[in-house]
Amino acid sequence: MTISTTSTPVNYGAVPDETGRFGPYGGKYVPETLMPALDELEEAYLNARVDKDFMAELAHLQHTYVGRPTPLTYARRLSEELGGAQIYLKREDLAHSGAHKINNALGQALLMKRKMGKTRIVAETGAGQHGVATATAAALLGTECIVYMGTVDMERQKPNVFRMQLLGTEVRAVDSGSQTLKDAINEAIRDWVTNVETTHYLLGSALGPHPYPAMVRDFQSIIGIEAHSQMQDPAEGGPGRLPDAIVACVGGGSNAIGIFHPFLKEEKVRLIGVEAGGHGIEDGAHAARFADPERGRLGVLQGTKSYVLQDSDGQIALTHSISAGLDYASVGPEHAWLRDVGRSEYTYCTDTQTLKGFSALCELEGIIPALESAHAIGYVLELAPQMAQDQVILVNLSGRGDKDLGTVMQTIGGDR
Amino acid sequence: MRGVERIEQVFRELKTTGAAAFMPYHAMGYPTRQQSLEVIAALAVAGADIVEFGIPHSDPLADGPTIQTATYAALVGGTSVADCLKMARELRDQGVDTPFCAMSYYNPILAFGEERFANAAASAGIDGLIVPDLPPGESELLEPACRAAGLATIYMLAPTSTEERIKSVARHSTGFIYLVSVTGITGARDELPPYLPAFVERVRRHTDLPLAVGFGISTGPQAARVSEIVEGVVVGSALVKAAGAETGVDAVRILAEELAAGSHKGVDG
Repeated sequence: MTISTTSTPVNYGAVPDETGRFGPYGGKYVPETLMPALDELEEAYLNARVDKDFMAELAHLQHTYVGRPTPLTYARRLSEELGGAQIYLKREDLAHSGAHKINNALGQALLMKRKMGKTRIVAETGAGQHGVATATAAALLGTECIVYMGTVDMERQKPNVFRMQLLGTEVRAVDSGSQTLKDAINEAIRDWVTNVETTHYLLGSALGPHPYPAMVRDFQSIIGIEAHSQMQDPAEGGPGRLPDAIVACVGGGSNAIGIFHPFLKEEKVRLIGVEAGGHGIEDGAHAARFADPERGRLGVLQGTKSYVLQDSDGQIALTHSISAGLDYASVGPEHAWLRDVGRSEYTYCTDTQTLKGFSALCELEGIIPALESAHAIGYVLELAPQMAQDQVILVNLSGRGDKDLGTVMQTIGGDR
Repeated sequence: MRGVERIEQVFRELKTTGAAAFMPYHAMGYPTRQQSLEVIAALAVAGADIVEFGIPHSDPLADGPTIQTATYAALVGGTSVADCLKMARELRDQGVDTPFCAMSYYNPILAFGEERFANAAASAGIDGLIVPDLPPGESELLEPACRAAGLATIYMLAPTSTEERIKSVARHSTGFIYLVSVTGITGARDELPPYLPAFVERVRRHTDLPLAVGFGISTGPQAARVSEIVEGVVVGSALVKAAGAETGVDAVRILAEELAAGSHKGVDG
């Protein structure tokens, strides 16, 4: 696919195509055993989307249980401190269970319950936010739930492990491979392959085989739909106009695609995804798929074709990020496509810069962000001063940071 | 003779005897490069009709703990795709002439280059290719490349497969079709699933290709039972586990002889 530099309008609604492709990305690269389950999921999802009762029940739960719409907050002191663009925060950290993950978890759990006749949920989790959201939805709907989590991640996100257990979910430790998100996904898929007749795999990001990337995007698009209206409405705390730029962190990319997607047609709004720069690109210990020209290449990981960090032999690279939720070797296929067609752009934020963003939001706004979301803030510390004071940045504050206090204490605690 | 023809010949010749093909899998590079070469040679001597030549991958999502551990060890030992092909060539040069089906996940092949891989595999003496995470709908580049290089393109079917998917796999497969005996991952199991005969019959309605059953087979008696309903018996984890034992190659030879005898027992046994 060539990069579109002409003014030919891109039809953003035309992806994925019926085979699950976003241009050259996406698809269904899974063992045969799972193909019927993917077809069944797609059928159930397409049916639910046009089912008024289903959509009404989901909207009701989003309002009365999740607490949607989440607010839009003007970050006055942060904006003044940086002296450039005015910064607004979409407060997904205030959604029930502490992150945007609940939007998708609740959507899929309800889909399983109402449309698929399955009784058991398996999920993977990195930071634990998706695991907690899934455990929450499972408790709400009365469904058995197993969450796979790498042992490294269990160590750095202990509070979330306990939280899932309190919610009645069984957390299974994964000690294969790098013992992080990628390995948890492998184990969840193996469980799914084995128990596919009774089990739904509640994948937590805009990744995996079709229809997951499109379905997760759609469940997360509520973020962008709300923000689109809030930004234009001063009564909702907005500046009364659309933003000049939207910034979101990108691991698999579900919070980013959720806020980007309803703005795709607003061609003047820059869409900026921030990957995990870890110790830096040259160092090699990072999870910036788009930023590493040597190892970030077209590949297939866990059911989807996208940019994948890998060695020259096609073995998946070990990644590093201070945030477990961004510590993943691949990125959602729609992001790869949006980047190719020139609609969205991607940068990265190192661990060090992320911690600066984390501290700034704590001290200037009284908000403790998740380390994932702190990547977006860390980049805004650089971006905002380059923009004029009458310009506007919208940041997706995808989650709250309570789960990260241990990591942050270990890293910067000595300075206090 | 092209690879696909060598595989077809195996099934044609066995058909006259009523025996099923014994099709052991091994993870190349495990426990070491040299030992994996010895394992393949031992399997050939013990009566393997087709060898599944496992190329290691960092993320083997269709594999159970035994093969995960083995392929991980192979990667840590430095086993690359190119080296696996080199090992095939070395075995051919040593006179091992059992047909080889390479078994690889898709990403290592994509990274190698699909056409380049097909050609390199064929000239290294590989006869067919199985890619567990590449169903027919996603192989529009690899399949023609394999065909052009003379490799058999073998796809998998599972008990969950619908009629439509069975038809599609039957249309795209050459050599044989690989039936996954259980919904699940690789690994030895005590029992064969009771629905296996019905599953085999369902597939037969759509194809005349030989059928091989794998996943979960670990003993001679199991192999004998499977050989009564299909043309090929695939055994992986049990042999890989044996290869990792202290007695290594000897343990593989003993188990392989038992499995070969079971597979070859056929309808007369």
